[in-house]
Amino acid sequence: MEIIMSVIIGFLFAGAVYLMLSRSLLRVIIGTGLLSHGAHLLILTMGGFGGDAPPVLTDGVTDFVDPLPQALILTAIVISFGVTAFFLVMAYRAYQELETDNMKLLKGNDEYD
Amino acid sequence: MINLLLFPVLIPFLTAMILMFFPKKVHAQRTVVIIGLAGSVAAAVWLLATVMTDGIQAVTLGSWPAPFGITMVSDPLSAGLVLTSNLITLFIAWYSFRSIGEGRERHFYYPAMMFMLTGINGAFTTGDIFNMFVFFEVLLMASYVLIVLGGEKRQLRESIKYILVNVISSAFFVTTVAMLYSVTGTLNMADISAKVSEIGQSGILTVIAVMLILVFGLKGAIFPLYFWLPGSYAAPPVPVLALFGALLTKVGVYSITRTVTLLLPNDPGFTHELLMVLAVLTIIAGCIGALAYFDLKQIIIYNIIIAVGVILFGVAQMNSAGLEGAVFYLIHDMLIKAALFMLIGVIIAVTGTSNLREMGGLMKTHPGLAWTWLIAAFGLAGIPPLSGFFGKLLIVEGAFEADNLWGGVIILASSLVVLLSVIRIFIHAFWGEPQPIAGVSAKVYRSLFIPAALLTAVTVFYGVGTEWLRPVMTDAAEILHEPSIYIDAVLKE
Amino acid sequence: MKNSDVIIQTTTKVVFFMIFLFSIHIFFAGHYTPGGGFVGGLLTASAIVLLLLAFDIQTVRKALPFNYTVIIAIGLLLALGTASASILFDVPFFTHAYDDFRLPLFGLTSLHSAMMFDLGVYLVVVGATMTIILSIGSDD
Repeated sequence: MEIIMSVIIGFLFAGAVYLMLSRSLLRVIIGTGLLSHGAHLLILTMGGFGGDAPPVLTDGVTDFVDPLPQALILTAIVISFGVTAFFLVMAYRAYQELETDNMKLLKGNDEYD
Repeated sequence: MINLLLFPVLIPFLTAMILMFFPKKVHAQRTVVIIGLAGSVAAAVWLLATVMTDGIQAVTLGSWPAPFGITMVSDPLSAGLVLTSNLITLFIAWYSFRSIGEGRERHFYYPAMMFMLTGINGAFTTGDIFNMFVFFEVLLMASYVLIVLGGEKRQLRESIKYILVNVISSAFFVTTVAMLYSVTGTLNMADISAKVSEIGQSGILTVIAVMLILVFGLKGAIFPLYFWLPGSYAAPPVPVLALFGALLTKVGVYSITRTVTLLLPNDPGFTHELLMVLAVLTIIAGCIGALAYFDLKQIIIYNIIIAVGVILFGVAQMNSAGLEGAVFYLIHDMLIKAALFMLIGVIIAVTGTSNLREMGGLMKTHPGLAWTWLIAAFGLAGIPPLSGFFGKLLIVEGAFEADNLWGGVIILASSLVVLLSVIRIFIHAFWGEPQPIAGVSAKVYRSLFIPAALLTAVTVFYGVGTEWLRPVMTDAAEILHEPSIYIDAVLKE
Repeated sequence: MKNSDVIIQTTTKVVFFMIFLFSIHIFFAGHYTPGGGFVGGLLTASAIVLLLLAFDIQTVRKALPFNYTVIIAIGLLLALGTASASILFDVPFFTHAYDDFRLPLFGLTSLHSAMMFDLGVYLVVVGATMTIILSIGSDD
């Protein structure tokens, strides 16, 4: 199970890197989504799988899953939900204002050098 | 008061919530912000006094036993940093009244500022690595709002890159936490430290150490991860820039300091060598940038990068002189960077440009500004008895003690470059032929200049009062040097 | 953008209340089983989004005249207030209180102060989601 998960996480990271290197802003954002999914699955895998035991801790029960990774993932999911939503709003505003979603055209600094 | 150490985190949070009820009433917003920040500063002073008399304060949320719940820890270093952050935010909030513009004030400028302060204070106070991630996200979300607020084209363009870089580094943070959890089975930093010294530093821990440096280095802008900083920081208006420049990178630097000293003290051979080399490269890259630009904002922004290098170089020495110097220099740099950014804000307001070539002769029209700038510039470069001197002295002493002669020499040489870069601003902006200036009314000038000058006065006091502040810094450095004090304080029950 | 599809509008009028009630069920179910404030809040927000899809923004604004940023603030205050109550009793922050009560109509019920915290989370999620969706959607 750990090996399958590792491969899946690897694929997610690879896909995320591929998408983030593309020029379209929307694909970059989807890439960040994939990246955080990979990271969340990594927490789950690293916490150790407990089979089908419940994540409940009661006195006397010996067969349970460590509940902490799931709590961590829930927190991380909520955060990445918020950040992604904000990023999408930002990207949309930038697209309206700058009239492009091509990362190549978003380069440049109007500094005095 | 078992919850005292949470007050500097909770008061800004509460203030932010109250502010969200009436975003359009600008005067009420200003009043509430100042009251909230004053309360927060008072709580931070009280906290620092308590930490100095009673030792490290720790509370584990939800009455869980220590390694299982989320622990918040306040030692002299974090209490000092919390006090400094609150103080700087108070000055910048005051400075914002005349400079940020009513449009931004109506669109959640002050709540975003308060949320960011919540995140910063939380990140300084927390003793749990995952909770640190959460507080990082709080401060980053608020900083996303601040950097894009106003919605100018340049802000939108730069904030996309800023958000992207930080989202990626957050994903790396989660990955690192996952790996750390699988190796040690705990998230409490004191507990991790205790477990690491039991099992010894294996190869996987070195990988985790490098990933931690990568994650915090992206936020703290060390070489070669600082590439995003000059462009992004120059986009927002000056008060936001001052807030970012003074506080945000320092959170990254604090996190590197805390994790490297606490989690990985056993095998300094690789990680500390790496950190030192990166620190020196950071200083060199920052020096090149600081001399290359003719833009006021860019020069000071590159000075942030130099300071990050100097502080981390002190941390990498891993002896008490180097660590004490790093703590001294960290707080000095937060204060002086805020003061410098506020002062360049005044210069930009007076001249209407941030291009050095288009200004000159301000000495005749604004002598007070000129002398304040000179004092701040000397403080930045570390001329005794001003604030930057003692920290740098200790860092160089630490470098010589640890036989890193060349590193110490580079630090000293970088001081000269820093001095040159800020004196260049002095020469171009204040000397020379007076240029036609945009000008601001005397009232606006006063309300911009007074907070900036007062903060400069605080930095002067920080330099002159070194003797009184020394006990705090010595205690902070001792805890960084001897993690067992920290571990015992957290896992005491 | 005026949508005048009769089938969607009629279905929405019924389905909206079903989703909304289900979200409240999920919210309370979170006490012992999967569910809770975050999921419940997302479901409620999705019900409102369904309204937005079927009708237009003006109609929905008239039907649900809430200021969503104020809802976020109320939610945060509830959450922080619940957690801060522990300061008054000088126990560590976030310490919750709970007990079983015999209430009329419900019988033996377990009441937990974490419930108030979760209600805060629910309001924050609804407020934040709707703020984001409206800020994109109100441009058309």
